[in-house]
Amino acid sequence: MAETAAPATSYEKNLSLRVSPAAQLRADFETGSVRGVVELSEIAFLTMVGLRVNRSSDAGQRVASVTGGLPATCGSVSGTRDTSVLWLGPEEFLVVAPREAHESLGGELIQALRGALGDGAGQVVDLSANRTTFELTGPRARAVLEKGCSLDLHPRSLLAGTALSTEIGNIPVVLWKTGEETFRLFPRASFADFLGRWLLDAMREYASPEVP
Amino acid sequence: MLLISCPNCGSRDETEFHYGGQAHVPYPENPNELNDRQWAEFLFYRDNTKGAFAERWLHSTGCRQWFNMLRDTVTYEIQAVYPMGSPRPEAAGKVTAETGTASLAPDSTTTGTAAPSTTGTSISGTSNTPASTTAPEGATK
Ligand SMILES: [Zn+2]
Repeated sequence: MAETAAPATSYEKNLSLRVSPAAQLRADFETGSVRGVVELSEIAFLTMVGLRVNRSSDAGQRVASVTGGLPATCGSVSGTRDTSVLWLGPEEFLVVAPREAHESLGGELIQALRGALGDGAGQVVDLSANRTTFELTGPRARAVLEKGCSLDLHPRSLLAGTALSTEIGNIPVVLWKTGEETFRLFPRASFADFLGRWLLDAMREYASPEVP
Repeated sequence: MLLISCPNCGSRDETEFHYGGQAHVPYPENPNELNDRQWAEFLFYRDNTKGAFAERWLHSTGCRQWFNMLRDTVTYEIQAVYPMGSPRPEAAGKVTAETGTASLAPDSTTTGTAAPSTTGTSISGTSNTPASTTAPEGATK
């Protein structure tokens, strides 16, 4: 935590002024979640940075030393404990970090990445407001996603730790399987309301007893 | 719906892709020397091939990369997927002559471990497409 009172208040003020893209669905997520079966929540304001750099260039290696590596292939994720780098394309990556990593809250991640890129060919862009994060978890999470995603989500082919840019409910989403029964979905802010409601609708049947 | 094998991501639904028109249409070396008719033909005139057709595709919802594809406009059979900048694979029959597998690409869609090989990846098993249906390369009329 902050050493003095002043940064702590500005931190809290910064956060209290923000409205996350699916804030209006918070109560619906609460009531729509089926405890122990499938639960949905929004993780607001994660720090996200768009990276465009050639992994094997000098700049790419400098950037990789800040993020803890850059993933090489589709689906793979690298990074250290709380900072992850998702593969979006051969020279395009998405860094996902806790909200405290953002400069508005006193973090230094983005400046560090800009510094590492230097004047090398590439891009470091703050995309924290571009997407929001949904977490869908529980034994039925996969069944919910399968209603609107054409990837093979069975654990024999989609391993935990894989992140893929694809379509869910007909909208573009980055899907990251963070645990055996836990998925993070990154819809763009303008799609958050739609995807949130789509997921709630897909989850609804699991609130009723299974018909034998 | 087509199942298209992206060179980077493996097979994905057609809805993740955007069509980019005929491939191998070179930008004129000296556009200023073209008359209006030639310029219009470069911009707007494309082949309307019946049979194997080389075309550009963009994996817009995935890796956002362009690639070329050889597709039969009658059967929709995808005969080859190859990188931008590579020449069009020879007659379709040769490219697909390997084996009769439905897809050579390991389905890396979901594991994401290995992307399928890029060059001339044969996706279909039919090897008897008549070579005569092949359009002359680079011809924009
Ligand atoms: Zn792709």
